Amino acid sequence: MSSINEIILISGMVVVTFSIRYILLAFSDRFYLPETFEKKLRFVPPAVLTAIIVPAVLMPGGSWDISLQNAYLPSAVGAIIAGFIFPKKVLAASISTGLIVFVIVRFFL
Amino acid sequence: MKTVAKMKHTSKNEFLNGMRDTIPLLLGAFPFGLIYGALAVSSGLSAKAALAMSAFVFAGSAQFIAVGLIAAGAPILIIIVTTFVVNLRHLLYSAALLPELKKLSQSWRIVLAFFLTDETFAVSAGRYRLEDNSPYKHWYQLGSSIIMYLNWQFWCAAGLALGTQIPNAQAWGMDVAMIVTFIGMTIPYIRTKPMVVTVLVAGTVSLLTWQLPYKLGLITAAILGVLAGISTEKVISIKKYNMKRDYE
Repeated sequence: MSSINEIILISGMVVVTFSIRYILLAFSDRFYLPETFEKKLRFVPPAVLTAIIVPAVLMPGGSWDISLQNAYLPSAVGAIIAGFIFPKKVLAASISTGLIVFVIVRFFL
Repeated sequence: MKTVAKMKHTSKNEFLNGMRDTIPLLLGAFPFGLIYGALAVSSGLSAKAALAMSAFVFAGSAQFIAVGLIAAGAPILIIIVTTFVVNLRHLLYSAALLPELKKLSQSWRIVLAFFLTDETFAVSAGRYRLEDNSPYKHWYQLGSSIIMYLNWQFWCAAGLALGTQIPNAQAWGMDVAMIVTFIGMTIPYIRTKPMVVTVLVAGTVSLLTWQLPYKLGLITAAILGVLAGISTEKVISIKKYNMKRDYE
């Protein structure tokens, strides 16, 4: 790719990427979001996170893998159980349990 | 993240906590940075351009796909349009953060928008959700942003330097750190019936739409999950209203 083309390509990618990330923030003073709508936005993070987690766990590498060969699966199950058992330390419990289970399944089973 | 609430709130503390809480997510980005760098070399993109893309576009999935399209000889316009589609999910993120970020100056909004990624969104949404009235929560997001950025630049450069010699980092499974962190971030939300429905629907749809290209499955699953949660909430409130009315 010629350097002119590289500059055009990267500039274009910068413009579209930054615009998507910024456009709502840029004009947020000019439109009014009712509070009830803002409250509904709280569903976004768990929805996005779940949509990232589920395929990554059940289809690592792009196809169904529900077996012990798939160390992500027991690791995720461990992280979920630990997170619900320790509601005050969810993050620490999920991360540590998930990682420990992963290492055990991956390297010792 | 819970410890944040107990600490004295200063911009510096928030910044450092944002960095600290993002550390597990750096592990998930690391193999992808390496592979991006290596792919960029073989795609025909110059090293300078590959680094510039990381520095100025700063969008892992889009960069990945762009490099693949360059290698395939796709026209520039197609690559830019694809970048747009792949990054559409960020619109959802900035919408979700809007109630918090609209309080800030435009320069803050520009900076935080530039650095917005899946990881920083996830970490920061968790921080904004805590009701401790810290006036410096945006510093937390900045901390998360900066450490994600530096990590990405470093591993992309390493991938470029190593080129085809890179080890098969994807097979090491380091992205498990990201997955279990995201699990730990999701659980605190699951306290009400509507949230349970949101998570179930988003999870199911994500499996059904997995084959859609360009992260469209992710967006579809997230939006349907959100709508399902909102509908459930509505149904529950109508039921409550009817029960109350019948009682009276």
